[in-house]
Formats: sequence, C-alpha cells, structure tokens
Amino acid sequence: MSEKKAFPPPLSEGGHIPDAGTSAHYKTGGWASKQPTHDAKKCISCFLCWVCCPEAAIRVENQKVVGIDYEYCKGCGICVKNCPPKVQALKWPEEGV
Amino acid sequence: MVQTKPAALTGNEAMAEAMRQINPDVVAAYPITPQTEIVQIFADFAANGKVKTQFVQVESEHSALSAVVGAAASGARAMTATSSNGLAYMWEILYIASSLRLPVVMPVINRTLSGNINIHCDHSDTMGARDAGWIQIYCEDAQEAYDSMIMAVRIAERARLPVMVMTDGFIISHCMTDMALYPDEAVRAFVGEFKPRYSLFDLDHPISVGPIDLPDWYMEHKEQQSLAMGASKPIVLEAQKAFAQDFGRKDYGLFDAYRLDDAEYAMVVIGSTAGTARPVVDALRAQGRKVGLLRPRLFRPFPAADWANALSGKKGIVAMDRSDSLADFGGPVAQHLRAALYDAPFRPPMMNLIYGLGGREIQPEEIRQIFENLFRHVETGASPRSTSGYWGVREWPVKE
Repeated sequence: MSEKKAFPPPLSEGGHIPDAGTSAHYKTGGWASKQPTHDAKKCISCFLCWVCCPEAAIRVENQKVVGIDYEYCKGCGICVKNCPPKVQALKWPEEGV
Repeated sequence: MVQTKPAALTGNEAMAEAMRQINPDVVAAYPITPQTEIVQIFADFAANGKVKTQFVQVESEHSALSAVVGAAASGARAMTATSSNGLAYMWEILYIASSLRLPVVMPVINRTLSGNINIHCDHSDTMGARDAGWIQIYCEDAQEAYDSMIMAVRIAERARLPVMVMTDGFIISHCMTDMALYPDEAVRAFVGEFKPRYSLFDLDHPISVGPIDLPDWYMEHKEQQSLAMGASKPIVLEAQKAFAQDFGRKDYGLFDAYRLDDAEYAMVVIGSTAGTARPVVDALRAQGRKVGLLRPRLFRPFPAADWANALSGKKGIVAMDRSDSLADFGGPVAQHLRAALYDAPFRPPMMNLIYGLGGREIQPEEIRQIFENLFRHVETGASPRSTSGYWGVREWPVKE
C-alpha cells in the first residue's frame, strides 16, 4: 500500500456506473467456447435472431442480416434455436473430426 | 437560538414529529409486528396533508427498505422506521442501502429479536445490524431521539451513508416525557434542501445504480465505503456542534460522560439505563465513592480511541450489554470496549454484564450492587471476570 491514499478514491460512489451504454466496453465474445456461423446465402433476413440475441451481436447492413459480431457473441446459441428450421442460416460449427 | 415549545410526548411521537418537520419526499412502511407507532403517526400526518411526503404502503419490511432505497437512488429524501424482527426482515437491504451510499435515515426502536417470542426492549436488533454499514446513534431519551433525528438527516446527506437512530423500546418509545420542540422553519433550515449526487430520473445523465461488482473491483468499492464510515465521524461532530449552536442544546458528543473525568470506577451503558444509573452515581459519590458513567451514543463509526482515552487509567470498569453476542465472550459493548482499550497505556480490570434482555427491568438498587461488586472485586484483587455473565437471572441451588 502506498503511503498516501486519495480520499475519496477516484471511483464512482457506491460503485454506480456514471455513463450510459457502457456494456459496449465489455467484449463478451471472450465467454464463448464455440460460436455459431451465419450463411448469408440461406438467410432470409427475418430478424428473429436479431430480436432474440441478448448481446445485440447480429450484424445488420442495408436492412439485411449479414453476420455475427464475434467480439460480442458469447455463444449462447439462441439465434441457432430461433433460425427457422427451413432456413438454417445459423448453425453451430461442425464438431472436429 | 430558536424559541422552543414545551410538549409532553412519547418517544414515538417525538420521532414522528421530527419526521413531520423534516417532511421527507418518500416514506415507505409496513405494519409488521413489531413495527413502531412512528410510521402509524406519520401515516396520519401524510393522510391529513401535514406533510408533502409520498407515503408508500408496501407488503413487508424487506419491501419497505427496498422502496426507500429506490426512492433515495432517484434523488428523493427517503425514510422509514422499524423495530426488532422488522429490522431483521430488512437485513439484505440494509447492506444495499449502505453499499449504494444512500443517505437514508431510519429510526429504530430497540426491541428484542424472537425467539422466544418477546417484543420488549433490548438492543439485539440493532447490535446485530452493527456491521451493515449504517451510522448508528443510540439515544437515552425522547428529547435526544428527536434532536438526533434532525441531526441524522444532515449527517446522512453529508456522509452519504444511511443513519439509524435508536431509542429503547417501550421505556422511551411508549413513555411520555416533557421535552422541547423547535419551530418547523428552524428544523427545515437546519436540514436544508436535499441535493442528491445523482438521480435515476436525470435522463440527461443516465446511470446504473447497484450493478454487479465482481472480484476485480468489489474490494475497491468496499474500501471506499469503509473510508467513508471513518470520514463520517467529523461530520457527526460538526452536525452536533451546529445543532447545539442553532437550537441552544448541549453538544451531544460521541458519548455522554457523567462525572467521568475524576472517576476511579466507571460504568459503560447504552440507552435509557444510563438515566437509571445517574442518581446511583450521585449517591455513591455522596458516600465518597468516585464513580462515573460513559453512555455511548455513536456506535458506528466506532470511536475506539475516544472511549479508550476516557477510560484508560480507571481502577475498574463494568461494561453493560443489553444484548448478547452468544459468543461466550460478552456482549458487543464489552467486546468493543476490550478492543478499544487494547492500545491504551493502562488497561483497567473489566466486568462484562448482560442485563435487561427481552425487557427485563433494571432498578437503581441493582446498579448500586453492580458498582459494589466492581469495587469488591478490584479491591480484593479477585478477577472481575468472575462476576461477569447474566445479571439478575434466577439461580437455583444445586440439588444434593
């Protein structure tokens, strides 16, 4: 411990978060043990995955689903479950041989 | 100096009157048994338009303090009142209020925790909550409780820590006494306008309150809270000094010392029992016995060095506890006193007594006997610890 400590410490009081949108600083992609893949050719851009993704990690460009932001995808697989069975644009990667 | 108005009030009425004058933004309460008459009286004030307070009727004490925490985080001056098992039911939220550094003020009427089922006076409720991060102020009578409620608002909002103000259940809460009330304007001028550091309703500055705080940062925030508790002692002293000046009352101090300076023997006792002991001190003094009294007022933050300075060098001390830690090592007053005296240059012999649990009365004659025991044991060289334990309980002879 240093001789002199700042008081009050340069922290928000009571640990409250003094800004909005700070979850963007938290790259939850590091949580994943595996992450789904997105097949743009099969995708019909129904946006079910976008609605369901708890991390807002479904990438959208020009009103079309174009892929997954792997910095934030924590690999929960909710998008895979919600992708329509006839479409199957979102899939888990194949298990290793 | 303000013009005071004489009044005859119970402790509950006095504390409710302070709440009316403070006129908090939000009060949340639930009529659990044991609750206090304070919120019942205050509910009348709210219903009759005597205060601008939003009175929130919740479904439990857990919810009462939760609602108060939410109100305080939104920038409101928020209060509730409780007692005994009601406080126990608030337990989780006690820690959340203090960890979030919310300046909540809560009168607590000291009544025992069940079981066995009993609702009468002792200090087991708030002594159990002594490590919950709340500033704790124990009062002797209704006047001090009323005064302390007014001071507590200023202390809480400057220290940004919650404050509990205690009085003895029934003995003070239900007994009527003569006291002095202050004008509403003087009380409102003293407590001032609440200026919260942040508000959940400040949409231009959105924040998150009470987020998850994992091992990487939790200790820094906990240390911050601990330092704030230490820093609150001068805030308490400042508030008491300002109160004494503005309202023409005595400066309450960290504890109440009665004939203590030149005393050889001292009793340390919290709450209304100090009032019982004071004439006994006078009577023993008249017989040539140099005895004195230390009545702790501020228990959190714990003024260890101040207790030690006041008591180091005495010939003998008796620590009186109206709650038991059930630790086979005395009650919390005795434990704290022993710890405080460890660094003192001269550590006096000490007796620890547990008394008055569950509303068991203690009479002046018993206080005198306790002092006599203290003299005898110190003067005959016997260990004062041999007289420690439960005071005034029935004893039965061993059967042959």
